[in-house]
Amino acid sequence: MRKCYFDHVATNPLDNRVFDAMEPYFMENFGNPLSLYDLGTKAKEAIENARAQVAALINSKPSEIIFTASGAEANNFALRGIALARQNEGKHVIVTKMEHHSVLNSARFLEKMGFVVTFLPVDKYGIVNPDTVKKSITKETTLISVTYASSEVGTIEPIKEIGKIAKERGIILHTDAVAAAGNIPVDVKDLGVDLLSLAAHQFYGPKGAAALHVREGMRIVPLIYGGIQESGRRAGTENVPAIVGMGQAAELAKSEMTGRIGQAKKLRDKLIQGASGIENVYLTGVPPMADKPENRLPAHASFTVEFIEGEAMLLLLAAKGIYAASGSACSSKALKASPVLLSMGVPSNLAQGSIVFTLGKDNTEEDMDYLLSEFPQVIKRLREMSPYAKGWGTKGEGGECTVRK
Amino acid sequence: MYSAKVMDHFTNPRNVGEIPDADGVGTEGNPTCGDVMQIFIKVKDDRLEDIKFKTFGCGAAIAVSSMITEMAKGKTLDEALTITKESVANELEGLPPQKMHCSNLGADALKKAIEDYRSKKK
Repeated sequence: MRKCYFDHVATNPLDNRVFDAMEPYFMENFGNPLSLYDLGTKAKEAIENARAQVAALINSKPSEIIFTASGAEANNFALRGIALARQNEGKHVIVTKMEHHSVLNSARFLEKMGFVVTFLPVDKYGIVNPDTVKKSITKETTLISVTYASSEVGTIEPIKEIGKIAKERGIILHTDAVAAAGNIPVDVKDLGVDLLSLAAHQFYGPKGAAALHVREGMRIVPLIYGGIQESGRRAGTENVPAIVGMGQAAELAKSEMTGRIGQAKKLRDKLIQGASGIENVYLTGVPPMADKPENRLPAHASFTVEFIEGEAMLLLLAAKGIYAASGSACSSKALKASPVLLSMGVPSNLAQGSIVFTLGKDNTEEDMDYLLSEFPQVIKRLREMSPYAKGWGTKGEGGECTVRK
Repeated sequence: MYSAKVMDHFTNPRNVGEIPDADGVGTEGNPTCGDVMQIFIKVKDDRLEDIKFKTFGCGAAIAVSSMITEMAKGKTLDEALTITKESVANELEGLPPQKMHCSNLGADALKKAIEDYRSKKK
């Protein structure tokens, strides 16, 4: 059976070339980077080389990169580290409703610590209005955190505009670029961000390696205390092979980015076109626009399929060798419909039919043809079982559809 | 995540459909929470001569619906009313803990269908 992996926001497979770069650092060059003899020096050189590679990917300086163990850690570190470092200047933090749990739950932690947090609304495409950001700023605001791109609906946020606002008011801006960095061009200087999170496994690097860019000269309170690793800002013996892998993956992502984007867009547009032709299937997020700078991730296609539920779709697709994601309540362990979709105004019954396909560099035209032949059948099968096949209504007798084309 | 039995009933559900001239219909659940189960019954001599379902929901919800129709078919109404969430889950060789309540609506839907039949008969 054909296997088609369309869940690259969950994680990416490791690139062979990345694995080759990592391999010597498991057994041969196993030294602790802090050790003074040659084994240690080799490991130290390897992580410094990786730091330069990661910095180059986002136009940062090597001294501005702090390695962490995950994107979630980088986000926790940014929010908690800056809010605490600046708490004498104010205790107000702004985030958006589009954020990943690692940002939202860090913000909730800050609330418990006595901070005031504003959770900004978004429009139907999931876009944050920079004017809303501006209006939410108070004398107490010290930090704004806005995701660069949503992994759920692929929407790219107006970070550069928000960066200008933050700079004018002397507020620190963090962006969670985990879904974006390594996949689209990300330039910290051009964006005007002070902090930026990225994770290696989102661009064919290993799990367990991520980074936080912290602009030079900024004070940040550590999340993990201990030794002097990462200039004393993130203690703990470095995960050398993973960091080396992240560096190698960053270098490959940078050099191959244009090609990867072109291929992804072609397949994505084919998918959006094909799936939008199925009755009562709706694209979530921003429709791709051929001639404008896009605010949708090139490899991202997300939909809601009316009258059926996402987890059931995922499982039937998986039985056909097709791997995707969903934001339905049933597919989450928390049993809550995607807060991102709800904040975009998607009704909760329609949000149950959420399905997300994220493409990668190894997906082919044939994979897409296979998906487009199987997907309508899965939908048909589940609709045949659904009491709502004719429309929502009170007893499924055929009331109004939630969204009308 | 799911037992082989759950996957079997989810991928090859038994008794899917509607009974147009059903003697009783029971609906349980809410689409905003994720799962809705509808059970149709045909009764003859106080026995469930036929039973069918329609379900909006996850893999567990569909498997539960399929399983309860198999368990209930042919039983007397009083026997069918002894089917519980737990007995359905046991027949399915277990359900993930978070699915035990929200997706395990079969027993309640069946009970409503039988109540519907009995109230119409009076």
